[in-house]
Amino acid sequence: MSMPFYVAPEQVIKDKADYARKGIARGRSVIVLEYADGVLFVAENPSRALHKISEIYDRIGFAAVGKYNEFENLRVAGVRLADMRGYAYDRRDVNGRSLANAYAQTLGTIFTEMPKPYEVEIVVAEIGEDTTEDQLYRLTFDGSVADEQGYVAMGGQAESISTALAEQWQSGMQLGDALKLAVRLLGEFGGDTPRTLESSSLEVAVLDRNRPRRTFARINGGRLAELLA
Amino acid sequence: MLPSAYLRSGSPSFADFLADLAPDVLTARLLQSSVDTTGLAPHGTTIVALRGTFGAVMAGDRRATMGNVISQRDIEKVFPADEHSMIGIAGTAGIAVELVRLFQVELEHYEKIEGLQLSLDGKANRLSALLRGNLGMALQGLAVVPMFAGYDLDRERGRIFSYDVTGGRYEEHDYHSVGSGSFFAKSSMKKMYRESMSADQAVAIALQALYDAADDDSATGGPDIARGIFPVVVLSDAAGVRVLDEATLSPMVTSIVQARLQRPDGPLVNMENPS
Repeated sequence: MSMPFYVAPEQVIKDKADYARKGIARGRSVIVLEYADGVLFVAENPSRALHKISEIYDRIGFAAVGKYNEFENLRVAGVRLADMRGYAYDRRDVNGRSLANAYAQTLGTIFTEMPKPYEVEIVVAEIGEDTTEDQLYRLTFDGSVADEQGYVAMGGQAESISTALAEQWQSGMQLGDALKLAVRLLGEFGGDTPRTLESSSLEVAVLDRNRPRRTFARINGGRLAELLA
Repeated sequence: MLPSAYLRSGSPSFADFLADLAPDVLTARLLQSSVDTTGLAPHGTTIVALRGTFGAVMAGDRRATMGNVISQRDIEKVFPADEHSMIGIAGTAGIAVELVRLFQVELEHYEKIEGLQLSLDGKANRLSALLRGNLGMALQGLAVVPMFAGYDLDRERGRIFSYDVTGGRYEEHDYHSVGSGSFFAKSSMKKMYRESMSADQAVAIALQALYDAADDDSATGGPDIARGIFPVVVLSDAAGVRVLDEATLSPMVTSIVQARLQRPDGPLVNMENPS
């Protein structure tokens, strides 16, 4: 019988993290940013059916990059958790923080216990009564949570996009301006060379404070073209 | 870590998920003893619905009774189910309201998980399945009888579905009513219904039918002008579903009551030209 080679725990963790990072960096980027009436999600995603952005509950949205089957699994779990809580207690008792915690626990456990970590990065966004109450939680493959202010970029060129957002994003932007900024940055940094993204290759949605009850809405077709014009 | 049930792939049904994970959160399926519970809890009464090319209208009176006592005079028994359909329930009020809540979450849950809405027939069938879960309670006297209606986006018209306590589902052609005053309401609608009616006319017919039901059935409440309590009216058309507000309803109800002061039995059918 042959003995397995000894591998230091530090090395195991590092290998897993490198593996996950590589997987995430291969994908197209997603930008989540706050604007005057709520939170805007913009993804470069030519598919009409396989979403990277989705509704979780009345005031909570979800965006992800990485491996589709893995973040889809987490998205469905989030919808179940939120609906379960809202039904057992009340719709007002569903909040983004507890969802972010559940995701963090899950990702953390998978990262340490499973041979292969999830290659995903997630944003849980929640809107409040005004911009000061809006929350963006960023969750990474190892279960770390960060409470982000104003904007988050994930995926392939996240760092360059974040740097640009730090300079150009402003609190209280109008929807059209925020959308144009996000689309421009995705085009500028998202590929090997700067491009102009067509509305057909974008997935866009908002959590809009002005909508009653369910605040999540997808923006596509004519409305999207109008906002980008 | 989230329990594995949350991460399992499978059914987009919230009710199935709940039954697996936390059956105690669902309404108790069956009482332990075979006691008859009739008269134990408030009872909601008459619901009416009409459909036409504009869409569908559903309305319900506001009375709940326990035996000979009016237990509540402003209960709501008609609700939007999602953005294109509505549900009304007659029967044991507590179970009815719980069933509506479960049905609303069921539709929204499917929509979020699958990324698209169920067809109107799909929604009607899901309601059947949920209702079947209450059969044990129904046999012990806690029956609920829902009615489901909405605008069918594929067929571009309103549709109505009625149910029995076993979950049996039947599509109604033009109008339908459930609850203790339903016979009177149906006879009333039979004389007033027109396929080509507008949404406003359909609302007026529904209000007249509820007035007629309250006229002859003691468990159905008429419009309470003194307290400003009017029937709940929900309208579903191509634009979506909306609950009519008091500002819209108040003049309609007042004019019906005024006309009844002149003719207590309501509008007269034109015998010269009965069509």
